[in-house]
Amino acid sequence: MERWTRTHRNLLWAVSAVTIGIALFLVFLVAPREATMGDMQRVFYFHVPAAWVGYLALFVSFVASLLYLRRRESRWDRLALSSAEIGLVFITEGIITGSFWAKATWGVWWTWEPRLTTSAVLWAIYASYLTLRRAMEEQGRRERVAAVYSVLGFVAVPINFMAIRWWRTVHPLVFEGGGSNLTPAMLRVLIFCIVSFTLFYLAVLSLRLGIAWAEEQVEQLRYE
Amino acid sequence: MVYLFAAFLVLWSITFGYLFILGGRQRQLSQQLASLRSQRAAPAEAPRDRAMPEEG
Repeated sequence: MERWTRTHRNLLWAVSAVTIGIALFLVFLVAPREATMGDMQRVFYFHVPAAWVGYLALFVSFVASLLYLRRRESRWDRLALSSAEIGLVFITEGIITGSFWAKATWGVWWTWEPRLTTSAVLWAIYASYLTLRRAMEEQGRRERVAAVYSVLGFVAVPINFMAIRWWRTVHPLVFEGGGSNLTPAMLRVLIFCIVSFTLFYLAVLSLRLGIAWAEEQVEQLRYE
Repeated sequence: MVYLFAAFLVLWSITFGYLFILGGRQRQLSQQLASLRSQRAAPAEAPRDRAMPEEG
């Protein structure tokens, strides 16, 4: 992705901006009003895609960390770092939008039920990953330690995803048994939102990778 | 409806805030890179510049 031309990147940004615009239109003007929760349910069309992109970004970081440990090529480290940072931003957005939904529906901003607790743990793990990287200056060792940490830290992602299936929880379960609890119209809007957020993730990733490359160049030029 | 509006406001504020930070970091790094490259190029050019008047 670092070798993408400016045209490719601009095209990706344009497509993701258009799809997010369409997604907003669908969420507010096309998706049916949910009978029990009313309009507040519309948060869900951005809460779920934010969580999905968070998981996807952390998975990309996990795979890139494994590839770095195997091949020791800095491009995999840059991908692991860039994707983890974006993943943390989207996980934060998922937690915050979920918190607004919880306040409107459950009457509380936060409760220590399994999904929310594991989300907080997941957030702390990846916030620590970024802090750890900043704290370590020795090149080579920093990348190795970060890759091992990222691989081990990824364990929290499937636990967070499965928390509402493994334990008793008040968090809604949208997808179960190969189907969903949504009407077809709601499901179509949700899928469109997930696609638009994924495109947006790719656009941000292309930008963040360019920054990671430039950071590495600056570091090399300073210490050469 | 207030919570819905607030949730969307916070979501997009975080997104645009993050993009703003990335844009700033990108500009700063471009300047640093240009500066470091010109510093590295300067010592190689300097002796030649000094030598030119003598040759003339």
